[in-house]
Amino acid sequence: MNSKIDDNICAMCGPAVAEAGRTGDWRDMRPVIDHSRCVPSVKQKPSCFLCWLYCPEGVVITGIPVKIDMEYCKGCGVCAEECPAKAIKMVQEGSVNG
Amino acid sequence: MDNVQILTGNQAAAMGARICRVQVVAAYPITPQSSLMETLSQYIEAGLLKSEFIRVESEHSAMTVCISASSVGARVLTATSSHGLLYMHEQLHWAAGSRLPVVMCCVNRAVGAPWSIFNDQQDSISQRDTGWLQIYCRNNQEIIDTMIQAYRIAETVNLPVMICYDGFILSHTTMPVAVPTSEEVDEFLPPYKPHTILDPATPKNINPVIFPNRKINHEGVLCHAYMEFRYLLHQAALNARRVIADVSREYAQKFGRDHGGLLWTYKSEDAEILVTSMGSLTMELSTAVDILREQGVKAGLVGIRVFRPFPRAEVAEAFCRAKAIIVFEKDISYGFEGALSSDLKASLYETDIRIPIANYTAGLGGRDIKARELVAAITESLAEIKNGTNEPITKWLNCYTG
Repeated sequence: MNSKIDDNICAMCGPAVAEAGRTGDWRDMRPVIDHSRCVPSVKQKPSCFLCWLYCPEGVVITGIPVKIDMEYCKGCGVCAEECPAKAIKMVQEGSVNG
Repeated sequence: MDNVQILTGNQAAAMGARICRVQVVAAYPITPQSSLMETLSQYIEAGLLKSEFIRVESEHSAMTVCISASSVGARVLTATSSHGLLYMHEQLHWAAGSRLPVVMCCVNRAVGAPWSIFNDQQDSISQRDTGWLQIYCRNNQEIIDTMIQAYRIAETVNLPVMICYDGFILSHTTMPVAVPTSEEVDEFLPPYKPHTILDPATPKNINPVIFPNRKINHEGVLCHAYMEFRYLLHQAALNARRVIADVSREYAQKFGRDHGGLLWTYKSEDAEILVTSMGSLTMELSTAVDILREQGVKAGLVGIRVFRPFPRAEVAEAFCRAKAIIVFEKDISYGFEGALSSDLKASLYETDIRIPIANYTAGLGGRDIKARELVAAITESLAEIKNGTNEPITKWLNCYTG
């Protein structure tokens, strides 16, 4: 009955940043923010942040200006789609504009 | 003095769950399992068993509830038959892969099409490769005793156990059953200690997506990948052979009833002809053996109790002195032969034993099998073996194949 239990008896992981690796290198398109249109930057107060709300990866950092953690952004483009000010543009990874 | 009650197989299983102090029960009704869960829900309603009965909308959900409850440290039970078991199939793999000691009664019933509520073992045999241990019972006493053993085995090797018994033939037939007390069972079966417990204080993701190769986690520890986990699962199933034998022996010492560990024998010591099967059909075969002995045929019986893990070494030992083997089974792998026959032959291939083996598919969809019909089939196969005309094909007993 007292058989020793292997720590590796079944697959598990704890909540941690980058448990699945630096997933930013999966990215094909990257989001670029135009801060002359981005609502918090224009109003100079915490506002909008819909990109933060919609980001499925939780990599948008709220603040003035809004930033995106490119180590983990997979480039899905949901932020660009949802931005009411059309301040986010998806550009080809590695292109001049990126 | 034993507490002997007159119980059906399903009542014996429900009583077994009660004295094992099962904590979470989830099931969906299906014939011939339903009366097991009806009895168990009455125990819970009457306060005779302190357990959570979770009503679900399907067998898939029933097994999911069992997996979840087992993951948070509860001793769980479910039961099903036939199509219900097939509907659970995905979650059967999941329970084994998670290494959870879920125990389930499979009240064996034929699988459609066409619809049949009657008995054969195609349902559980079809779940052979899910990683579940499978124990086949031959009478109602064995069902309750196997339930107690099953939790001990499952919680030792961290694998789920399927207790299989024939629908109607055992599930709805009464027999005298000696029922141990909960206190006696407590001495044999300590409370379940889970290998991993899901707890909000230390959040974990159990069974996340896993990549083909091993990976260093965020704490810098090199973790197993899929193949390593599957290897450990296989080793645990192989290791269960020893555990099942040990638990069975210890049970016999404590409770005075020995149903055999992985297999059992009847009049096999001097037998020249050995017949074999799984489940209640072995009881009819023991009567057939008695008739053959009266006719001067040195027949014996090997009852296979555990189908997974397959008792490969024990099978070689049990059959090594026979001159012929005849297998009867209530399943068929369409286009080849019965599952027991295949595994038996594969096990003997590793030994020097080269003896004729005849195999019969019998009792599909509840087709009756009488001892005299088994005697006739055995006699016919023996004559063919003697004449050298035995063909390695599956014969269909009591089937109008013309």
